[in-house]
Amino acid sequence: MNPFTTLAARACPLPLANVDTDQLVPARFLKRSRATGYGGFLLHDLRFGADGQAKSVLPLDDPRYKGAQILVARRNFGGGSSREGAVYALADFGIRCIIAPSFGDIFSSNCVMNGLLPARVKESDAEALLAHLEQFAGAAINVDLEAQRIVCGNRVYDFSIDSFFKTKLLNGWDDVDVTLSFSEEMQAFQSRDAAERPWARPIRADRGD
Amino acid sequence: MRSQPLSIIDKLWESHVIVARDGGDCLLFIDRHLLHEGSFHAFEQVRKRGRAIARPDLSFAIADHYVPTRARAQPIANPEIARMVDLLARNTGAHGIAHIGLNDPRQGIVHVAIPEQGLTLPGLTIVCGDSHTSTHGAFGAYAFGIGASEVAHVLMTQAIWQKKPKCMRLRVEGATMPGTAAKDIALTFISRVGADGAQGHAIEYAGSAVRALSMEGRMTLCNLSIEAGARNGLVAPDQTTYDWLKGRPFAPKGESFERAVEAWDKLASDPGASFDREITLDGGEIVPTVTWGTSPEQALPVDATVPDPSTHADPARAAAISDAIAYMGLTPGGKLSSIAIDRVFIGSCTNGRIEDLRAAASVLAGRRAKVPGLVSPGSSSVKRQAEEEGLDRIFREAGLEFADSGCSMCVGINGDLVPPGERCASTTNRNFKGRQGPGARTHLMSPAMVAAAAVTGHLTDARELLEGRA
Ligand code: SF4
Repeated sequence: MNPFTTLAARACPLPLANVDTDQLVPARFLKRSRATGYGGFLLHDLRFGADGQAKSVLPLDDPRYKGAQILVARRNFGGGSSREGAVYALADFGIRCIIAPSFGDIFSSNCVMNGLLPARVKESDAEALLAHLEQFAGAAINVDLEAQRIVCGNRVYDFSIDSFFKTKLLNGWDDVDVTLSFSEEMQAFQSRDAAERPWARPIRADRGD
Repeated sequence: MRSQPLSIIDKLWESHVIVARDGGDCLLFIDRHLLHEGSFHAFEQVRKRGRAIARPDLSFAIADHYVPTRARAQPIANPEIARMVDLLARNTGAHGIAHIGLNDPRQGIVHVAIPEQGLTLPGLTIVCGDSHTSTHGAFGAYAFGIGASEVAHVLMTQAIWQKKPKCMRLRVEGATMPGTAAKDIALTFISRVGADGAQGHAIEYAGSAVRALSMEGRMTLCNLSIEAGARNGLVAPDQTTYDWLKGRPFAPKGESFERAVEAWDKLASDPGASFDREITLDGGEIVPTVTWGTSPEQALPVDATVPDPSTHADPARAAAISDAIAYMGLTPGGKLSSIAIDRVFIGSCTNGRIEDLRAAASVLAGRRAKVPGLVSPGSSSVKRQAEEEGLDRIFREAGLEFADSGCSMCVGINGDLVPPGERCASTTNRNFKGRQGPGARTHLMSPAMVAAAAVTGHLTDARELLEGRA
């Protein structure tokens, strides 16, 4: 996974609260393999009508915000379903960082697994950022993960992120490799645990043990 | 010797830590890994890495999200859906993972059918690539939903990296009123704290009203933890838990069961255990509740009125209310109980268990529904039991369809959809825009409330129809 350190990119406002993962990618698209690309499904039903025609109600489709890699939204972004497809849709659309006052827990973790930064800001700061981006459409924002700082126009905003997520993003860590490096501890845990919690093992009625 | 009193959350956490690193991230051992059709992304990742499955004996797969709820004996007509159901069978088959397929008598929604098998036990860690995995917390398990990359990680390692969440305790004290259900407790709680109110927290549900709940009710309550933003919620195990578990196919047997109970009894929070946040609700104040908007936090007592955005000073809040009202096609200030519905749905991992069907049937018995509707039992075994009790006849005589088990109209990916613009009274968990189909409008409520709405054709306090019954 590519590390995330700093990002200077165009930002797009999405002045909505409770943008759940069902909206980020409607369930009917989840049958698709990731290889086919999920970018076209991002917020599909808010952006496109039943006839597939663009409704153009979101800044996402406004040419002034084209190429945005940062999204600014209101509270509870990515709540709901655990579908990682929501992050695939954002990532494949080109988004690398989302700024909002709060995020769904599973969504945040899915973001980090895919190298996207969920940056939590105060509600008033999200409003200020949204207002700036609406006034200066197409403006760029600077995001510095190490310093946990966002620079937008002539203002600086702090953001918060779980320290564990931060380390993972900064290093571009691959969880599986890290975990496998603890295989001795894993073995020791399993033999100790088998003795301590014999009831925890499923009884395989179907296999006769 | 321990000096510090511990909560059940602390105890479950500590007993599963394989490695703890500076900064607080821990590698946790996973006792049960549950899989469904959506797991194919994870299997793709495993294949790409060319790695083996660490503990196939601890993984259990079940077809639920995409399964058809009619004509089960015939091959699945829609080739894309058939492919999804088949893919799970092939992926699990290739790795020697137990699989409960479409026509297995144990089939059902993962969060209904897996507990029925006795695979969900107190003291376990349970993960699944599904946010409502929190349901299994009802047994005193540490159960949470994960994303596809995490599913792949668990498949390859049987462990997961997590930072310990903050702990919240919700106490519901006192007796609840007849005609109210676990769903009403949950919706009341979510509307008070907000859909992101418990983010970053694990919740312990406690208090006399929670103790008084059956396992079914506890599962409904824990299921909805995620709708308050918590990744998991749990209830300490007690005699209700043990009675429910005893004799289940995968639960410990005989003397092992007794020894397990001894261990499970030690899981309850110690007196004086500390929580980062404590919330208390008065059980007696909880009334039948419905959602009016597009987030589960937008819930109110059924005798309330649709909120008026113009009375909210905060522009972001007002905008959220206006947006929800516009999508739902409502009028600010209108009575919730006059909202006419087009159809009903009874089912899902939230309210598809036998008690839920009984509650709905007690309202519907001897009555006709004014609108069409679908009843999809949470599992094939719930379906059989409902038939034994004659509930299927009550639903059919009321004019509702009684179908097979699956996620069905909760998420609509098997084709059971609410048509665009239609309004559905539903026992499910999410009233998100488009959740039950593009343009569908969902009102969440308890099974008795959905049944009452079916009978009158509009949102209704079920207690009015239960008078002299139940
Ligand atoms: S019933 Fe609904 S919420 Fe439950 S697992 Fe299925 S789709 Fe998810």
